Amino acid sequence: MSSRDQILTAVKANQPPLMTLPALDSFFESPKNELIIKFTQVLSSIGGSVIEVEDETEIGAFIREHYPLANIRAISPLANMQGIADRYEAENNPHKLENVELAILPAHFAVAENGACWLSETLLAERVLPFITQHLILVVNKNDILPTMHEAYQKISDETYGYGTFIAGPSKTADIEQSLVLGAHGARSLLVFLV
Amino acid sequence: MKVALFIPCYIDQFYPQVAIACLELLERLGIDVSYPLGQTCCGQPMANSGFEHLADGCNTLFVKNFIGFDYIVAPSGSCVLHIKEHLKNDSQLDLVKHIKATTYELTSFLVDILKVEHLTSSFPYRVGMHQSCHGQRGLKLSQMSELNAPEFSKPGKLLSLVKDIELVELDRKDECCGFGGTFCVAEEAVSVKMGKDRINDHTKQDVEYITGVDMSCLMHLEGILNRQNSSISVKHIAEILNGVKA
Amino acid sequence: MKTLNHAQNAANFNKDEKRVDWHDETLWWIRQKRDKSAFQIPEWESLRDAASAIKANTLSNLHQYLIEFEKNALANGVKIHWARDAKEHNDIVYGLLKEKGIDKMVKSKSMLTEECHLNEYLERKGIEVIDSDLGERIVQLAKEPPSHIVLPCIHKKKEEIGELFHEHLGTPAGNADPQVLTEAARIHLRETFLTRKAALTGVNFAVAETGEIVICTNEGNADMGAHLADLHIACMGIEKLVPSRAHLAVFLRLLARSATGQPITTYSSHFAKPRAGKELHIVLVDNGRTRQLGRAEFRNSLKCIRCGACMNTCPVYRRSGGHSYHNAIAGPIGAILAPNLAMKEYADLPFASTLCGSCSNVCPVKIDIHDQLYKWRQVLVKEGHTTTAKQLAMQTMATTLSSPTLFKIAGKTARVTLKYAPFMVNNKFNAWYLQRDMPKVPKSSFSEWYQTNRKQNEQ
Repeated sequence: MSSRDQILTAVKANQPPLMTLPALDSFFESPKNELIIKFTQVLSSIGGSVIEVEDETEIGAFIREHYPLANIRAISPLANMQGIADRYEAENNPHKLENVELAILPAHFAVAENGACWLSETLLAERVLPFITQHLILVVNKNDILPTMHEAYQKISDETYGYGTFIAGPSKTADIEQSLVLGAHGARSLLVFLV
Repeated sequence: MKVALFIPCYIDQFYPQVAIACLELLERLGIDVSYPLGQTCCGQPMANSGFEHLADGCNTLFVKNFIGFDYIVAPSGSCVLHIKEHLKNDSQLDLVKHIKATTYELTSFLVDILKVEHLTSSFPYRVGMHQSCHGQRGLKLSQMSELNAPEFSKPGKLLSLVKDIELVELDRKDECCGFGGTFCVAEEAVSVKMGKDRINDHTKQDVEYITGVDMSCLMHLEGILNRQNSSISVKHIAEILNGVKA
Repeated sequence: MKTLNHAQNAANFNKDEKRVDWHDETLWWIRQKRDKSAFQIPEWESLRDAASAIKANTLSNLHQYLIEFEKNALANGVKIHWARDAKEHNDIVYGLLKEKGIDKMVKSKSMLTEECHLNEYLERKGIEVIDSDLGERIVQLAKEPPSHIVLPCIHKKKEEIGELFHEHLGTPAGNADPQVLTEAARIHLRETFLTRKAALTGVNFAVAETGEIVICTNEGNADMGAHLADLHIACMGIEKLVPSRAHLAVFLRLLARSATGQPITTYSSHFAKPRAGKELHIVLVDNGRTRQLGRAEFRNSLKCIRCGACMNTCPVYRRSGGHSYHNAIAGPIGAILAPNLAMKEYADLPFASTLCGSCSNVCPVKIDIHDQLYKWRQVLVKEGHTTTAKQLAMQTMATTLSSPTLFKIAGKTARVTLKYAPFMVNNKFNAWYLQRDMPKVPKSSFSEWYQTNRKQNEQ
């Protein structure tokens, strides 16, 4: 018998009688209007920043003012970031992103309770981009903030993706005596624009 | 209401004043209390060491001694928890069921059954309350620090009825003292370290007494306090509630 | 060399009391962060109930979920492997590397590979493995196993890490600034990520409904490794399954809050398909899990999501250190998992507890950890993993306590002995007396007092 069949046989023999799954309905929150405040407060507490803007031109202006674009490699698949960042066509060669300083990416939605933003593969030029870049900017529609992870997974329950990730703040570690250091292996900073 | 007094073996042998306080307190509250003389031990020392199968004799004896009472009350959370969780006797299932349901740790008996709202005792000292784990987490005598739930404390409520007592807040309100039955000798180093740390938390609050619902934990802390020549003493909660002068 | 047992290791750890204090306070601080975070969620206790029930369902229907997961993962273009034990797991990983001619691999955190001793195995086969989680890289450089499942080098002081980094990564001598050391590791490991053709990761959750796996990190090291390599190998115990995506919500809400007090880990990455032209292999490992599934009393231990909360709260773990458990997984959860792997080798671990119960209270999936410790003690003694001396002592105690007459005689002897000849017991062979005084001996027992003062009422 193959290992697969041996394991499955043992599982079948040893698993207890069927237990029912719990209902999760009670965890869904009624729509709140403080989602922007909550999201901003939580993401700030875990090292990220949030800026509310009226439209996307404000984003461009902010980036021009705060990042030395002339000297760094910035990448964005967003059409309206042209002139600020290079359009990066996926070439299936993630190593070419080694020297990216700034990536500006759209996110599908954000989660208020934990400051996370959801990005699936369709929004990423390369899976590694939000990690390998030194600094990350995400752009989320302010109407797309969900209260908790329950609403988040409800939203993507039927989505098909090859890869997707929740990103909540900059890369961090506290492995050395529990001292928090931002910028472990992924992006050193995370800025979220709410449009 | 007929109540049997269940006195843990080490209290019988080393801390008779705790049993006396418990008896007098119940008598003062008008309870018909008697102490079955044939009792020895709940069997926990064997069971917690992995020798539950050797506790049959203790189980049989326990059932024999405690038949025919409305309630069984003990000044110990740990021994009561053991009876409630592990008392076994396959030939006397109904009796065992009744015993398990009617065995109470002293403070929960006073609060839940007797609904005590007044005490005449006075204890004009600074006191720290050590939450013994089996009473705390096993019998749920107080809100546990790990859970997201409303505050309450049965021993705390009773101590608040004692006149002139000054109860302190500890940094770690329900950390284990490290007694743990045979753990206290099998893991001597960690056991003593835990005891010292628990004492330090009380010392920082300048307590004069450490109290609790389990004399076993207090015996362990007392052993360390005496070795340190500390001025802090231990007192079982029954002694304070009974109003025995320090 | 015989492995020292927990008590011996703990006694050694306690020789440096200041360090014990530091270790205890560091972990207690994390416990407090967990409390603060958990208490901000009003439905926290219901979430724990739900998580426990989801895992109960998963374990009760694991056969079906495994088949479903495999089918969906295969349809996603993922390769699936099954390993009955640690050796087969290690062989599979080595086989994949050998087939591609790869001799250098980067690895993110996986307690399963620690359990299987994969690194040592691959090193013997000439494969270089670099752990990319900062804490794991630190213990790897120090040639030590992790001492905690979430905080692998929680036992190390920053000065010691500074020395290690000075030696291995060329940081300035005497520099122990976490910021500087982390930056040095970032540069060193970035070079590693960019040059490795294979990346191995653990798995936090696997979804039967979709065939995807979820990997949570704060550092981003699992993603950096996996997205830059041609070959991604993900290793998981078969108990990591959850039925559907909706259930991930419950676990992702609980995991990081329980572990470190964060609302969620920085990255929660969902891998469903390999990158175009690349390979994703998932190794499903039994290694004793089906046996544990068959033990009704211990089955719930398979609900564990490896948050480490039970370690942070355990007063014994905090004062004995992770290495004292001489097992890949330390602390209370390690003590109920290890005897299933090797009963004799780990017979000491269920006794390394006061049964205080704090572990069960913080557990996000409500494993009855302290009750299982108690139950393991019974099993271990019945299976003969105890000493003759202890057996005799227990037998004597049981006989004495079963007889009121013998008990009274014994009690009197003990009190008389203690009273008149304290040297009889107050010696260095008495573990109580080493650092504690004996109780003062009363004139009479309570039952003697009662017979004198109350007996008339009884008759």
